Amino acid sequence: MSGTEWETVVGLEVHCELKTATKLFCGCANSFGDEPNTNVCPVCLGLPGSLPVLNEGAVERAMRIGAALHCEVHPSVFHRKNYFYPDMPKDYQISQYDEPINVGGWLDLPDGFRVGIVRAHLEEDTGKTSHLGGDGRIHGADYSLVDYNRAGVPLVEIVSEPDIRSAAQARAYASELRAVLVAVDASDGRMEEGSLRVDANVSVRPAGSDTFGTRCEIKNLNSLRSLGRAIEHEAARQVALLESGEAVVQQTRHWDEAAARTVPLRSKEEAFDYRYFPEPDLVPLAPDAGWQAAVAGSLGLLPAQRRARLLALLDGAGDGEVSAAQADQVSAVVDQGLDDLVVAAVSGGAPARLALARAANEVAADVEAGRRLPVADFTKLVSMEGDGKLSASQSKEVLGELLGAGGGDPEAIAGQRGFEAMSADSVVAIVNEVVAAHPDEWGRFAGGDQKLMGFFVGAIRERAGSSFDGKAVSAELRRRLQEA
Amino acid sequence: MSAPRGDGTREAGGDGPAGALRIAAAVRAGERSARSVVEEALSAVASGDSDLHAFVTVTADAALAAADEVDRAVAEGRDPGPLAGVPVALKDNLCTRGVPTTCASRILEGWRPPYDATVVDRLAAAGAVAVGKTNMDEFAMGSSTENSCFGPTRNPHDRTRVPGGSSGGSAAAVAAGFVPLALGSDTGGSIRQPAALCGVVGMKPTYGLVSRYGLVAFASSLDQIGPFATSVADAAHLLGVIAGHDRADSTSLPDPDPRPDFAASVGRGVEGRRVGLCLELVEGCAPDVVARVRRAAEDLEAAGAEVSEISVPEFRLGLSAYYLIAPAEASSNLARYDGVRYGLRVDGPDVAAMNTATRTAGFGPEVKRRIMLGTYALSAGYYDAYYGKAQRVRTLMVEAFARAYRQVDVLLGATAPSTAFPIGERVDDPLAMYMSDVCTIPSNLAGHPAISVPYGAGDDGLPVGVQVLAPALGEELLFSVAAALEAAAPAGGGPGAAAPVGSGGPEGAGR
Ligand SMILES: [Zn+2]
Repeated sequence: MSGTEWETVVGLEVHCELKTATKLFCGCANSFGDEPNTNVCPVCLGLPGSLPVLNEGAVERAMRIGAALHCEVHPSVFHRKNYFYPDMPKDYQISQYDEPINVGGWLDLPDGFRVGIVRAHLEEDTGKTSHLGGDGRIHGADYSLVDYNRAGVPLVEIVSEPDIRSAAQARAYASELRAVLVAVDASDGRMEEGSLRVDANVSVRPAGSDTFGTRCEIKNLNSLRSLGRAIEHEAARQVALLESGEAVVQQTRHWDEAAARTVPLRSKEEAFDYRYFPEPDLVPLAPDAGWQAAVAGSLGLLPAQRRARLLALLDGAGDGEVSAAQADQVSAVVDQGLDDLVVAAVSGGAPARLALARAANEVAADVEAGRRLPVADFTKLVSMEGDGKLSASQSKEVLGELLGAGGGDPEAIAGQRGFEAMSADSVVAIVNEVVAAHPDEWGRFAGGDQKLMGFFVGAIRERAGSSFDGKAVSAELRRRLQEA
Repeated sequence: MSAPRGDGTREAGGDGPAGALRIAAAVRAGERSARSVVEEALSAVASGDSDLHAFVTVTADAALAAADEVDRAVAEGRDPGPLAGVPVALKDNLCTRGVPTTCASRILEGWRPPYDATVVDRLAAAGAVAVGKTNMDEFAMGSSTENSCFGPTRNPHDRTRVPGGSSGGSAAAVAAGFVPLALGSDTGGSIRQPAALCGVVGMKPTYGLVSRYGLVAFASSLDQIGPFATSVADAAHLLGVIAGHDRADSTSLPDPDPRPDFAASVGRGVEGRRVGLCLELVEGCAPDVVARVRRAAEDLEAAGAEVSEISVPEFRLGLSAYYLIAPAEASSNLARYDGVRYGLRVDGPDVAAMNTATRTAGFGPEVKRRIMLGTYALSAGYYDAYYGKAQRVRTLMVEAFARAYRQVDVLLGATAPSTAFPIGERVDDPLAMYMSDVCTIPSNLAGHPAISVPYGAGDDGLPVGVQVLAPALGEELLFSVAAALEAAAPAGGGPGAAAPVGSGGPEGAGR
């Protein structure tokens, strides 16, 4: 099979911890990082006689996720998934099985590629085990400690179709899904705290084939970087097996970040028989049409819609095509939740590209302060820069002060600092002076020696001091070159 | 606390061995102190229970403190509650804060719940005084109270015989006159069958009428908590206290408006009621039991009911369906007893070995048998043939009941196929033991209420119970028919007949 082109096929299962105040089936706080075993009660410890009561806030967030992913809400049933594990207080997990709450749907990636969604169902999280002694895995540990604070935290598991074709696309999917989950207020999106956990089903097949290869499920992917690397390594491992005439064995594998490889956890034959059956302690869940409509109506703009809104503003500004760098700025501003600021500034008269650039660069450096920044102050500042009343460097300095002080009048701050952008007349005057002082250099520059641009800009900057406006100066230099 | 009396009789007040209603009335009126009532009950337990073994834990100090609180309320003119000062016994699968709750299993050794079951809270709020926890078959799996890690309970009517089960301790405690009221749980007959064998009233409410919060689960979709009493009126009264919606139990039913008055339904009579003598609920029963059921049908007819015979063939499928559904749910409910968090732990070289060692040592043979049955019934490849089919039988059962209730208002039958059997007779024959519940299981599968009323004695002089079944939420109908039966019941076998309760003679059926 050597010489064959291989195609990677990936389906992702993303576990998203919901940002509810309390757990899925009890009133304990859903909070990360507290003292172990402080957010627990008879229900989430699975004490004998305790019973679960479903948290409506979790159902609502699950429905928001479904709506954002274009899923249909179905009447659903909770099932028990039975297996023994010390971090699972009841030794079964309450999950949804063949009747999940959200069915079907899709997610469009920023480049337009559409990934199908099979389902997005509700379930409870397990506790967290630390194995002490040995190598930190359960086998060989001297003893283990369990923290049940996480037990019963609500999760939505989002299962994609095997539509993804590369590690990069898997990362783009996970990243876009994360943005959607944050946008609908379902998740805080913190992968490093385990709020989002990804399992990847990976297989390979000869390019152009329409049947799937044998897949392996990779667990323990807790960053976008791990996700991408694990898929690349796993696909390469499978290709190497196939090219050497061996078969891929269906397995669950563990990603070892340090060793940069996947290692087998268990084979298909060793897979648990979970003995799913309907959870008799809960009643079926059937959100009525009114509730569904209210949830769908409360969604707000999704990341894709926010990006499209900004791109439309740039297009409408009539000053040229949107560059790749500007498209990146659009994504960054949306990811950081600063797009409303840009849109408001533009509708207040600020130039779109400049507002985007200041938001993506200066404001993004301190997002928290950016969220407190009064829109009117930002609008005025960007407008002043756009009108040439402030140079770029002056504008950045004033913006820094606005961010630090939580707002202010940009005009007053500029005045206090003695900022005064170079007027058109003073630009012409200074350029005249400098050109007159360096006739030889000007001759060579006019003759086509572009290296001297830097020399003239530097000399003019020195003469102009803080009022220097690089944009205006280079425009004047170019105008004179054309005349020369 | 007064000194126990050697002959096991209790210090009766001026009114003899009182029913719950009379005790509560006397305490509320200030005619008797709750303390004296509770001391008397504790004394009776202390002197009589070493032999019967109805209790596994007696909470004397807490009971006296609770009694004093009731007396304080009376003295201060506050309402002490409808069950003021009435001693009650709790089956040991009902969680009690700080008091061991064992389910008669070694696996819960040393565990003290940090919370009270909803029913325990409601009893306390009503002024009732819990005096202790009663023996049972381990995790409510059994029909004789022999599957207990504490050893069997004996039948107060004949100490060589079982009290029935699994709530045998609660049934025996009421039959022996230790307490006028007790709570049990009924998954396949575990209240009604021991009530029949001990000659007391035992009732399983509609599924969802009484909160299961704090009832240690056996089979969640079948379990219901219900009352034991010496009279139908007392049982109705106790149900009124423990019934009602509970947010903590998602399967708990909403409260109807107005809320039913179970106690008031007791005197309504049976004039014009259509009673169906159900052939499947007497077939296979001992002739003396069948004779009692037929006598009950005649007595109801004499009291004005329209009695007919009715056949519900689907009832024959109940036992098989039950022995798939109940073990399946149990296999999952009992998984949590793994030695990690509470109860027994038997160490091993790793977690899995510890789990296995703990469960091997902690569970008795019947519990293990049912965990294995249930695990098998839910396994990949067998689910549809076993668990799935059993659920379909359950649907058939509900439909069969619905058909029957188009013809009649209530069904009548035996509670148990025979009177109390000798201790040890069926321990090695699980199928014979399972047959004890053949008449009671249909109501559990359908989620309907049913009651067992003492109806005289069998040929061996031991109590016989007659069962009345009603549609879902038909409790008022059930109590009115049960009270009519109680009024007509022949002497012998009933409450008060159990030796050696001192005052002699059957206690008149409380109205
Ligand atoms: Zn909790």
